[in-house]
Amino acid sequence: MLDAYEKAGGRPDVLEARRVASAVIHAHDVLAVNEIEGVTIETEAREGGVRARINVAPGTKVEHPVHLCFGVTASEGLQVIDSEFEIGEGAEVGFLAHCTFPNAVELKHVMDARIHVGPGATMRYREAHYHGPEGGIEVLPTTHAQVDEDGRLEIEFDLTEGRVGRMAIEFDADVAANGVAELVSRAYGSADDDISVNEIVRLNGEGARGFTKTRVAVRDQAKSEITTTAEGNAPGARGHMDCTEIVRGRAEARNVPIVVVRDDRARVTHEAAIGSVGKKELETLMARGLDEEQAVDVIIRGMLRG
Amino acid sequence: MKQDLLQVEALSVQRPGAEVLRGVNMTVGRAEIHALLGLNGSGKTSLALALMGAEGYRPEQGRITLDGHDITHLSVTERARLGLTLAWQAPARFEGLPVADYLALGMEEPSRERIQEALEAVALAPKAYMGRSVDQALSGGERKRIELAAVYAMRPRLAILDEPDSGVDVLCLEDVITLIRRMADEGCSVLLITHRDEMARVADQASLMCGGTVVDSGPPDKVREYFARRCRPHGDLLGSQPWGEEAGGTYQRVVAEGMCDE
Repeated sequence: MLDAYEKAGGRPDVLEARRVASAVIHAHDVLAVNEIEGVTIETEAREGGVRARINVAPGTKVEHPVHLCFGVTASEGLQVIDSEFEIGEGAEVGFLAHCTFPNAVELKHVMDARIHVGPGATMRYREAHYHGPEGGIEVLPTTHAQVDEDGRLEIEFDLTEGRVGRMAIEFDADVAANGVAELVSRAYGSADDDISVNEIVRLNGEGARGFTKTRVAVRDQAKSEITTTAEGNAPGARGHMDCTEIVRGRAEARNVPIVVVRDDRARVTHEAAIGSVGKKELETLMARGLDEEQAVDVIIRGMLRG
Repeated sequence: MKQDLLQVEALSVQRPGAEVLRGVNMTVGRAEIHALLGLNGSGKTSLALALMGAEGYRPEQGRITLDGHDITHLSVTERARLGLTLAWQAPARFEGLPVADYLALGMEEPSRERIQEALEAVALAPKAYMGRSVDQALSGGERKRIELAAVYAMRPRLAILDEPDSGVDVLCLEDVITLIRRMADEGCSVLLITHRDEMARVADQASLMCGGTVVDSGPPDKVREYFARRCRPHGDLLGSQPWGEEAGGTYQRVVAEGMCDE
């Protein structure tokens, strides 16, 4: 499991550090949990899944990101994680989650997360996936988030290593006055991978802000569909959606931005670019000696890092 | 006598609706800085793109040889691997690609020292720039300087620099000129496309383009003189020409008379 965790970008030594809060969950077994002052992690393995409740006490500033390791090393199976994140008023915390399924042939990973970011609190959550080369995996994360007044939620989701398989991200957030929600999703699909992202950000409070950024590359016969909804429901609410998808071969990319404004002092914008790699970008790199495939790879990898 | 590094013979390129290059002949010697002058729309950038083999600029007629190799029908990559490269007038941006990685892409043996040296050569502090992305967050001038640094780091045999001075602040111009001289001193030939008189002064040879062809070649002073003599003040045909204004009004506003050989 630790080898797989490392492949996903994690550092196994960190999981052993006592000063770093962490949890390791393999399939439906909780292998390790480390709590630190101000951070409690309650887990319960039960039939059909694992329930995890992570609580950060009000006012706690967590120095090192909480490390979470989820995965299944077998080629077949199911992992269901039902999680709750409660970030108390004024707390600040980061999470680094690594999800690894290196041998997946017929595997499903279901994650149902409920996030509550209290008033003036900040939560940064970064999730990186590593999948094997087979593509026989389904990744189905669903997140419901509530960001209170002056709170801040930043989520980054990366699935750029190994085959995607089928991925369907469902995310929705309600943002109160002067709160911020930022969601960044990156994925690289190939063969017959199927990527679906459906995000909804409701800017309900005065001065609430929302930002979604999606970077997807698809090649071969892979498909991606990104649907992003931003609602400006209050005075001074500001939302922006930014989507770039690169298509190669016979792949297909679709982007559906939905803008809803219910207050004439709110403003929501979107930008989307879907297409092949730009000729000038390509020729610039080729003029440095890269062949076309190498140049495309550099451009796509860069975009997925951006 | 040593053969020229680049030879262009009777090169013609057709674009939709226009013949942008018409029988271009020119040569660039080894370790030579060759200024390519001409008004806007005279065909300088088209020639640069045709030499690099860019899509849409493949020739209908003519021949390009680099160090004796016929490269007329080679791809951009193949030309680059023979030592030819181009710094675009408005360089492309690359989201998420760090400057250090971008510079390393063209280097045969990438090294941190060479990357630092190249950035310092364009007056950019390596510490501040190596980790930044080659993206929209860079100003136009910064991006141009990074492009020059990338070309320098690559150690090409022939670098085509399309207006390396445009968008670069006046204080940095001297650095750009010094870098071009340094490239030539290190054995790299430079085809320098420019509107600026002070940039053209660094050249060993010059050519003047007009109407899609080279109408004069020779020592820079002679070509600049030709440019002044054979062109006449013309206020409304092509608009303001930086050459005239930046030369302190010496040449006034000028426009070429067209295919006007002696």
